[in-house]
Amino acid sequence: MSTTTIAISELPASRPFTLRLHDWVTTVDHKRLGILYILFALVFLIAGGIEATIMRLQLVRPHNDLVSPEVFNRMFTMHGTTMIFFVAMPLVFGFANYLVPLMIGARDMAFPRLNAFSFWMTALGGLFLYFSFLGGDGLYGGGGAPDVGWFAYAPLTAKTFSVGHSTDYWILSLLSSGIGSIGTAINIIATILCMRCPGMTLGKMPLLVWLNLVMAGLVILAVSPLSAAQIMLLIDRYLGAHFFDTQAGGSAVIWMHFFWIFGHPEVYVLVLPAFAFASEIIPVFSRKAIFGYPVMVLATIAIGFIGMSVWAHHMFTVGMSAGANTFFVLSTMAIAVPTGIKIFNWVATMWGGKIRFDAPMLFCVGFLFQFLVAGLTGVTLAVAPFDWQLGNSYYVVAHFHYVIVGGILFCIFGAFYYWFPKASGKMLNETLGKLHFWLFTIGFHLTFDFMHVPGLLGMPRRIYTYEPGRGWDIWNLIVTFGVVFQAAGVLVFACNLIWSYLRGKRAGNDPWDAWTLEWSTSSPPPMYNYAVIPVVRSRRPLWDLKHPEDPDWRYE
Amino acid sequence: MSPTSIFAPASTPADSIFGLSIFVLLHVAAIFIVVFALLAYVVVRFRNKRHDDRSEPAQIYGSTQVELAWTVIPVLIVVALFLAAAHVIASVQNPPRSPGALEVIVTGHQYWWEYRYPDLNIVTANELHVPVSDPANPTPTFLTLLSADTDHSFWVPRLAGKTDLIPNHPNQMWIDPHEPGVYLGQCAQYCGTQHAKMLLRVYVQSRDEFERWVRDQQQPVRPGVLSAGQRVFESTACVNCHTVSGTSAKGRFGPDLTHLMSRDTIAAGAASNTPEKLRLWIKNPDAIKPGSKMPAMGLSDQDLDAVTAYLETLH
Repeated sequence: MSTTTIAISELPASRPFTLRLHDWVTTVDHKRLGILYILFALVFLIAGGIEATIMRLQLVRPHNDLVSPEVFNRMFTMHGTTMIFFVAMPLVFGFANYLVPLMIGARDMAFPRLNAFSFWMTALGGLFLYFSFLGGDGLYGGGGAPDVGWFAYAPLTAKTFSVGHSTDYWILSLLSSGIGSIGTAINIIATILCMRCPGMTLGKMPLLVWLNLVMAGLVILAVSPLSAAQIMLLIDRYLGAHFFDTQAGGSAVIWMHFFWIFGHPEVYVLVLPAFAFASEIIPVFSRKAIFGYPVMVLATIAIGFIGMSVWAHHMFTVGMSAGANTFFVLSTMAIAVPTGIKIFNWVATMWGGKIRFDAPMLFCVGFLFQFLVAGLTGVTLAVAPFDWQLGNSYYVVAHFHYVIVGGILFCIFGAFYYWFPKASGKMLNETLGKLHFWLFTIGFHLTFDFMHVPGLLGMPRRIYTYEPGRGWDIWNLIVTFGVVFQAAGVLVFACNLIWSYLRGKRAGNDPWDAWTLEWSTSSPPPMYNYAVIPVVRSRRPLWDLKHPEDPDWRYE
Repeated sequence: MSPTSIFAPASTPADSIFGLSIFVLLHVAAIFIVVFALLAYVVVRFRNKRHDDRSEPAQIYGSTQVELAWTVIPVLIVVALFLAAAHVIASVQNPPRSPGALEVIVTGHQYWWEYRYPDLNIVTANELHVPVSDPANPTPTFLTLLSADTDHSFWVPRLAGKTDLIPNHPNQMWIDPHEPGVYLGQCAQYCGTQHAKMLLRVYVQSRDEFERWVRDQQQPVRPGVLSAGQRVFESTACVNCHTVSGTSAKGRFGPDLTHLMSRDTIAAGAASNTPEKLRLWIKNPDAIKPGSKMPAMGLSDQDLDAVTAYLETLH
């Protein structure tokens, strides 16, 4: 088997560049598509980061005039849209694509060509979005990149208020990437339900696979209404419909419902895969089995269900009835319970372990601390009256960046350090990894801890400048200062990826002494993943292999 | 102290929210301390020792009792927070209607606020005047929130939480400020280019002062000799958007200017109401508020001076 592996992995290296490029563009291999998703996301991460930096420089002091209000408004629209749809989603899908078939002992996804189609639809979406910088002016001379905000509330998106084509590019971008997302979600579900290796019952799947299964279900439920709303908006703009056109009797509130029935489950679409990474990394680096596997699965499913019924907590200030507000307080708070259970189970997994603080684990421990804060500020926002003050303020911006950066991105960084050796055959440099962790953690806390304060002092989000004398100045200065450290951290990370890919230490099949199936094949795995389809008897097949005297299947 | 802090309430809705927020923050802080300590303990206590025998620790797969404990306790906390929240939602959203209540219709426009007092027959802009409310004899102000264009949100943190102004979707909110003074805030829902400079000023006045302000606002413009400035004003596009009651200026797209000089600020709080700023605002609005809907009028220096002088007479 090993000779075959070498023959196949060396073949592309000797081929000319154009042929290798052709291989990548036409690939239907889940691993290559996973890597394409991730590389695509990293490119957009740089773009979104630059947009954020421009905003923070503008807000460094009151009445700053580094950029015009028009440019600032485009920056926050592009930053939000880019980071959610073209960084976070592709990263999540990239890892799911790469890992799910390997971890269930399959040779590819259920529908390889749908997989490629989905990736390229997402890529097309990214192209549409950024082409707006050139094409957004259209014939009208108004526009540029979209400036309607990432949740694009009606009627700001109507022809009356958004001339030119910037909003159209935004719509096409989300529509196109949405089709890609739904395709990938169907693929993930089909793969998990139909392609597991012998012995892997649903109850023996690694938690990562469970979490991605629920994530994919949420994608189908959440992205479909978003895509429908995009089509309705296009019809509004070009065929004279009035779904959201308030000047002709349309409803702005309906758009909000459409958007948030997507927008809130979307948070769980992103956070469940982050939980998935933590649920694989924490046990391996604590040297213990995950604590309470069945409860973790149930909590995941509960988050999936409850997550579909909380969307209107984004709308506490739009004038819903007291009854509706009360309902959404309850449903939103309820979701804290399964989320809390997860945190406790991770802590219990570490309890009594022998914790090794390599880079993957460092990021996961950072995630645990930060996600605790993110969850608790989430509880404060769930209290509708408190939200009447905090909603749409910088407190909210701090809260959701705590979730997405402090929680999700930290887990994703952990996942990079953990699975890079599998995908590339090389270890990421540990010293650079620790430097990356500390720079980014310091920058994260400087920026997002202090960002809560101006919100409490009445600073709304999405303002390109602010008045002096409101007690906001010093906090904004510190927040902007943190960007320096975050940018330095990301730069170290980028250098580490490139340097380690070229010069890194050889990883071997199983550098972390881990327990799930992907570590049983070579690094990088051959095209077909497994020469012989594995057979498993427990959730940790490699533990069973390494400890024949005390296998897991005796206890499960 | 920040003039827009949510922790300095001066009106019943803001006060109820403040009390609830302290209750919630105490719970959240307690949870934070407990879980943070637990996490920190685990991270320090169970770190791998330098000279380790490389054996695997005991494998523990779960415990039903422990799982139950950390399910039930959070559920109880959630119930407590939920009941507290439900109580405040009901008290703020279903206020008692007192006979002394003042009605104001607030209309959000792209980057300015229009206030109509239907019972008093007053129209003004950007600076809301309300009487102070004595808890013994409350005179709350009820705001009906409308929008002429996009979504906006009315947020004066010391008086109440925010409520959105949405076209085709009238909303209600109320305030009953206990202390006279000027309360600041601003639009809290992104509404377009100049969302940032759609500032709010609420003047809470004693009963007497408020009644004097009402009488002044109800005064019609005194007809006098047609000044050069008025002639320019009424013969250019100014009148398409602005109203000066009692004259031919009847536009409704921009703020009512009938009593412009009774206001401290122009351009929705973006500049102080001085002759220099006023002249600059007419000459080149982008210098004060780039992207506002006020066009540069392209007047000659002489006409600019005249129009400014005319506006200075609108007390």
